Amino acid sequence: MTQLKNPQILFASDLRDGEVLFLGASGWARDHRQASVARDSVEAAALEARGKADVAANRVVDVYLADVAIGAGGAPEPLHYREKMRIKGPSVRRDLGKQAQLAQAGEPR
Amino acid sequence: MALISDGKFVENDWRHLADEEDLPKAGKIIVSRKRLDEALAALAADMPLGVIVANTTDPADLAPHFSRLALIAVAFPAFADGRGFSLARLLRRAGFTGELRASGRIVADQSVHARQCGFDTIEIPADLAARQDEAQWRAAFGAYSEFYQQGYGARSSILERRRKATS
Amino acid sequence: MTAHDPRQAARPNAPTTTYRYDAYDTAFVRERVAEFRQQVARRLEGAMTEDEFRPFRLMNGLYLQLHAYMLRVAIPYGTLTARQMRRLADIADKWDKGYGHFTTRQNLQYNWPKLVDVPDILEALADVEMHAIQTSGNCIRNVTADHFAGVAVDEIEDPRPTAEFLRQWSSLHAEFSFLPRKFKIAVSGAAHDRAAIKAHDIGLRIHRDDKGEPGYEVFVGGGLGRSPFIGKTVREFLPREDLLAYLEAILRVYNRFGRRDNKYKARIKILVHETGIEEIKAQIEAEFAAMDRSPFKHDEEEFARIAGFFAPPPYETLPSESAALEDAKRANAAFRAFAEVNVHEHKTPGYAIVTVSLKPIGGVPGDATSAQMRMLADASEKFGFGELRVSHEQNIILPHVKKDDLFALWQMLDAAGLATANAGLLTDIISCPGLDYCALATARSIPIAQAISRRFSDPERQRLIGKLGIKISGCINACGHHHIGAIGILGLEKKGQESYQITLGGDPSLSAAIGELLGPGVTADQVPDVIEHIVDFYLAERQGDERFIDTWRRLGHARFKDVLRREGEDGADI
Repeated sequence: MTQLKNPQILFASDLRDGEVLFLGASGWARDHRQASVARDSVEAAALEARGKADVAANRVVDVYLADVAIGAGGAPEPLHYREKMRIKGPSVRRDLGKQAQLAQAGEPR
Repeated sequence: MALISDGKFVENDWRHLADEEDLPKAGKIIVSRKRLDEALAALAADMPLGVIVANTTDPADLAPHFSRLALIAVAFPAFADGRGFSLARLLRRAGFTGELRASGRIVADQSVHARQCGFDTIEIPADLAARQDEAQWRAAFGAYSEFYQQGYGARSSILERRRKATS
Repeated sequence: MTAHDPRQAARPNAPTTTYRYDAYDTAFVRERVAEFRQQVARRLEGAMTEDEFRPFRLMNGLYLQLHAYMLRVAIPYGTLTARQMRRLADIADKWDKGYGHFTTRQNLQYNWPKLVDVPDILEALADVEMHAIQTSGNCIRNVTADHFAGVAVDEIEDPRPTAEFLRQWSSLHAEFSFLPRKFKIAVSGAAHDRAAIKAHDIGLRIHRDDKGEPGYEVFVGGGLGRSPFIGKTVREFLPREDLLAYLEAILRVYNRFGRRDNKYKARIKILVHETGIEEIKAQIEAEFAAMDRSPFKHDEEEFARIAGFFAPPPYETLPSESAALEDAKRANAAFRAFAEVNVHEHKTPGYAIVTVSLKPIGGVPGDATSAQMRMLADASEKFGFGELRVSHEQNIILPHVKKDDLFALWQMLDAAGLATANAGLLTDIISCPGLDYCALATARSIPIAQAISRRFSDPERQRLIGKLGIKISGCINACGHHHIGAIGILGLEKKGQESYQITLGGDPSLSAAIGELLGPGVTADQVPDVIEHIVDFYLAERQGDERFIDTWRRLGHARFKDVLRREGEDGADI
C-alpha cells in the first residue's frame, strides 16, 4: 500500500443517460460531494474495482480515477481543469448541467 | 468456435489444424498459410482443404491454389478492422468460387457487410457466441431489405431496382 | 407577393428544391432506426459490450461527451427544408435542452440526449427524411458541399446532385464501414471553392471538358488534425460516369493500406504522405483498371434522376435592381449594414442570397435555440421557397430571397436577434464546442470566441478590417478548422493551464494553405490582445483593398512575428 500523491475520486458516465457519476459509499452519485475519497493505493484500487464491476454490469462506462484536493467543507475538488468542468457543466451555459441543478436546489457553488 | 450461415448457427464440419499437429489423412481441415504448401504437397488431391489467412494477404498469393482450395478463411483480429471485407471482394474478383469464411472477432451487426462482400459463413469464438445468440444473428442478417451499392451481394441494388421500375 | 406555391405547400417537404426520398430511401432509414433500437437494447442488457457497441453507436452519430451524450444529425450537403428545421426544433425541445449547434461539416449537434431516447429521436428524424447515419465512426461521413449551391453567380454546376449521389453510395457500404479512420468528402461546383475541398480526404471540383461535358478534378489526402495536409490532385478530369467506380478504387486502396497501428496516423493523408502521391495514384489507377466496372454502366441515369430534384424553384421574372431595397437601405442604417455585409449576389435577377449569422456578439458560435430554428423555418417559407442551408462556417443561408423582400426579412431576423451584420467579418468566428462540451478537447474554445467577438464588437471597426476568418479549435483534432483560418487558434494544455497557439495565413479556398505558428502559447486573457496587435499591424500596412491574408502573404510571416515580439508584455514573447 502506498500513499497517493493526491487523494482521488472515481468518475464514470451513466450508460443510459450519459451523465457524469461519482462512486460513493452507497453507489453512484450525481453530486461529486458524495464521492468516496481514496487516500492510498489500496483504497484507489478498490474504488476502481467497484467501478469496473459496474462497467461489466452495463451500468456505467468510462471509469477513471481523478486527483482531488479536499476543500473547505470536506468536499473533494478536482485538481485538473477538465474534471472541474465535468462536475459543473459548460462554462458558457451556466443554466445547464450540474451547476444549474445545484443552483436550483439553492446550493452555493 | 461457433459457425453462422445465413443468420443461423450451423454445424461446423471444418477443423482448424494447429501448426504443431500432424496433417491427417482424412477430414476437412483448415491449415494456416504457412502450412499450406506442405498440405498441398502431402494431402490427397480429393481431400477437402481450407486455409486461414491474415486480412493483409495479397490475393495473388492464393490465386494459384484456388482450384485446390474448398475454403478460404479470412482472419478478423478486431471488430473495427475492416480489411477482411476488401480481401473477400478481391478474392472473388480473382476467381475464387469456394466457401469464403470470415473468422474471428465479428459481431452480428457485421453479417450484412460480410454477406455483401462475398463471405458465405462467419466463424466466431465461444465468448462472442455466448453473448450473441442466434436471435441476434438472425435479426442482424435480415436487418436491411435493400442496399445502395452496385456489384455487392446477390440481390440487385436499389439503383438497379429504380431503373427497372421506370423502364 | 412572395412566390409560395400553395399546391406545393400541401405536400410534405414542399417545395421540391432538394432531394426527396422514394420508398427505398424511406425503408432504408426506417430499417436503420429499427437496427439501432435493437442495438441499444442489446447494449443495455449486456449482449454487446461497449467496445462492440461503440462503432455502431458512432455510425449513428452518437458520442459520449464531457457532460452527456451528443447526437450529430446529418444535414446532407447542408440543405434543409422548413419542415425539417421545425422537426429539429421539436427534437431539441422534447429530448434535449431547447437548442442545437450547427457544425463545421454542415451538421447539427444536440448536446444532451439520453441513450435510451436516441432510437425515438432517430424515428422522429426519419419521419422528415433525416437521419444521423455515419456522422461519426470510421466510415464515410456527411458529404458536404458549397452552401451557395444552385444559386451562386460563379456556379459551373450545382454540386448537390453529386453529393446526394455519393451519400447514397456511401450509406451502409459493406466494404468501407470499418476503415482505418473517418473519411470526409466535399464537393464544389463553382469557380470559387466555398466547401474547403482541399482540406478533405477526397475533394471533388466539378468542371467541364472542351466538349462541355461535366467531370471532376479529384483531390486526395487533404485533412486537418494533428498533421494537416492539403489535398493533391490524382485526376485532373474524371468523367461523371466513372465517379463511383473511381471512388471505390480510392477507398479500397485506403481500406487495405491505411495505417491501423496509430490513431493519429490513420487518415488517408498520412498514407499519401508516406507512400508518395505518384505511387498512390498508381495504386488507385491500377485498382480502377482491375475493377469490373459493368455494375456502374447506368450510373448517369440515376444521377440524372437525382439531379432532377435540384431544379431551381419557380423564380419570378424580376428586374435585377430593386427600388424597394434601395429605399430601405437609405432609410435605415442598420439594415443598410446588413444588406452590404450579409447579402450576396444571386444568379437570378432580382434575387439575393442571405447569410443569417449565428455569431451574435458575445454569443456561442453556431448555436440556435428551438425558437430561432422555428423562426428561420418561417422565414424560409415566407421569403425563400421553404429551403435553408447550413454553411460549414456555422451560419444559416437563405438562398432564394427576393431583393424586394430583404427589408421585411431583416426585420423578422432582427426581432429574433438573428440580424448580426458580420458575415465573413472578424466576429464571424468559427469555433468548435471545445472543452465546454467535448470529451476530446484540451481547452475551451467558445469563451475565446466570445472574448474576441466582444473586443471587436464595433461594426464600423469590423467593416474597416474587412474579411478576416478566425477559426478556433479546442484540441489538435481541429474540428474548428483552425489550420485553414487566416487567423487560427488552437487550445492546448500547458503546465496544467489552458494555453492558446495562434497561427496566421491559413486559407480554405482553392489557394489552400496551412497557417504558420506565430509563437508560443498564450493564456486565454492574452488572446484578444494578440489579435488586436495583429489586426492593427495589418491595418497600418495594408495596401489598396488587400484582405488580411493578402497583406500577410505580401509582407511574410516573420514581420507579423516581430509585431508580437515588440508588443510582449513584461518583456515576454507573446
